[in-house]
Amino acid sequence: MNSMEKDTRLIGREALAKLFAQWLGEGRRILAPRRNGDKVDFAEVETPGEVSLDPVQTGQSPKGALFPRVEELFSFPSRDGRVELRERDLAALKPTVVFGLRPCDAAALAALAAIFNWDSADALFSARLAALTTVGVACNRCDEYCFCTSLGGGPGATTGSDILLTDMGGGEYLAEVISEKGRQAIQGAGTLFQPALGKDKESRLARVEKAFDLDKVKPALEALFDDEAFWVEQSLRCLGCGACAYVCPTCACFDIQDENGRRLRCWDSCGFGLFTLHTSGHNPRPLQSQRWRQRLMHKFAYMPERQSVLGCVGCGRCSRACPVDMNILEHLRAVAEAKP
Amino acid sequence: MQALRSKARELLATKTVQVIIGYARGGGGRARAVFVREAAKADALVFDDSCQQNLAVYLSKPEVRKLGKAALVATPAALRAILQLAAENQIAEGELLALAVGADDVVPLTTFAAIEAHVAARDGDWSAAEKEELHKYEAMGLEERRRFWEEQFSRCLKCYACRAACPLCYCTRCTVECNQPQWIPVPAHDLGNLEWNVMRAMHLAGRCVDCGDCGRACPVNIPLHLLNRRLIREVFTVFGSRSGRSAKGDNALSTFKPNDPEDFIQ
Repeated sequence: MNSMEKDTRLIGREALAKLFAQWLGEGRRILAPRRNGDKVDFAEVETPGEVSLDPVQTGQSPKGALFPRVEELFSFPSRDGRVELRERDLAALKPTVVFGLRPCDAAALAALAAIFNWDSADALFSARLAALTTVGVACNRCDEYCFCTSLGGGPGATTGSDILLTDMGGGEYLAEVISEKGRQAIQGAGTLFQPALGKDKESRLARVEKAFDLDKVKPALEALFDDEAFWVEQSLRCLGCGACAYVCPTCACFDIQDENGRRLRCWDSCGFGLFTLHTSGHNPRPLQSQRWRQRLMHKFAYMPERQSVLGCVGCGRCSRACPVDMNILEHLRAVAEAKP
Repeated sequence: MQALRSKARELLATKTVQVIIGYARGGGGRARAVFVREAAKADALVFDDSCQQNLAVYLSKPEVRKLGKAALVATPAALRAILQLAAENQIAEGELLALAVGADDVVPLTTFAAIEAHVAARDGDWSAAEKEELHKYEAMGLEERRRFWEEQFSRCLKCYACRAACPLCYCTRCTVECNQPQWIPVPAHDLGNLEWNVMRAMHLAGRCVDCGDCGRACPVNIPLHLLNRRLIREVFTVFGSRSGRSAKGDNALSTFKPNDPEDFIQ
């Protein structure tokens, strides 16, 4: 095979089970969408049978594999007046396969990495990322909240996946091996695959219509910045909880807490009233409308400007999770179409 | 629905109120809050079984208060929330009117006394299914209950959607935001989640109006209403009172009375 040629093969469900067993044998843990009551979320699994790919999306994103909701950065136990600094043992982080993430979630890894490695590389995040292999599954269904195609992604996009599977029906997956990590993940498993024989995934992919013109969003946001009435109108029903940020695959804001000699990094959200509250008591964003503006500005103006990457992948989780039906797609349309 | 829309049009056209806080059609078969300020836009209002959010939560939001006097499309739980907010001096007589929507009529309730009478006339008990759910929970032993909540709270993300959705969680500075000292651990770990959820339930004991919005808002489906209902039952058994029935402040757990039968408090 020509090395420049796309490495595309077929794998059946039974062979996939053997691949799972191989990964476990190599000491990797496998995180995949698993049903728990009404919800499907990423959790440790051992066999493909435990994986639930029925929902269009999981409730929560897989970002916890790289950026857990609480993690110890280092500890500083003290004894007899002496403080000892203990770094995390990065070598002890378990190699992980995230299986069954959608192309939007795979694309989100670049946004997370852009934040964590912006000025200096975050050692813990980078170590987790280095130990992570992503086996994505292309989307054959979408819902009204999906808008990946409006942001340059797509239901079969390979960006961020080390291997991308597409369900071809009949218990057969088309496997595109994208990266070196992907090649390593199937090393020695060649017999589990069959030749793709020209099979094409396109007909199996969901149709996600473009919903707005992304080129209009950033300039419109900048022009709207001081339009208080616009932001109040857009966010009247927003209650200021952190559900959107916490289910988001790219939201990376965190809070640092010291607890019993441990320094902890915890998820934080720009929706909260305490977020960026100054010690003086001054709050640069005292109103929810200003916090909602910040959410959109950060994802669609500041991140493209500073990190050259969008802070949104169009997965639609925030809209599905919002207790008051704030729908980010509608808000982006309103921004793109606003006449400031 | 037509009765609601025409009442809304009338209230706005006559400038009786400046805004109707109601429900409009949302995404995915959901209803969503809408703030109608022009009579011509009253047709956006809907009312059906999907209209569950307790809209009284918006009565303490600064941007909403700025809109002026409101008429609030009120479910029974929202009416109870209005009374409880009045009892806690968060809203004053005449600041708003409630629109109680019936099968084919809408009843404007302009005074707290009218809301009290409306609530009293229709006050019911929990449904058979709700009673069964609570009974099943109460039948658990202490250890089983502890394990149950440990498992439930292990999913808690500390997004505070429960707090944000609650009409009675109106504190401008919640205990979790008091950080000198830090009363409740910020991290969403086992202890932080337990302390947060138990503290919140205790703060609502004798105040919760049982709308269920905390559990509905939870993105990880923690059945928070069970904690509240357990406490509602407890407060009723011990004090004979139920919150959200009167606009006069008499909270079971935060009212000091010189003749309190317990001597530790005197």
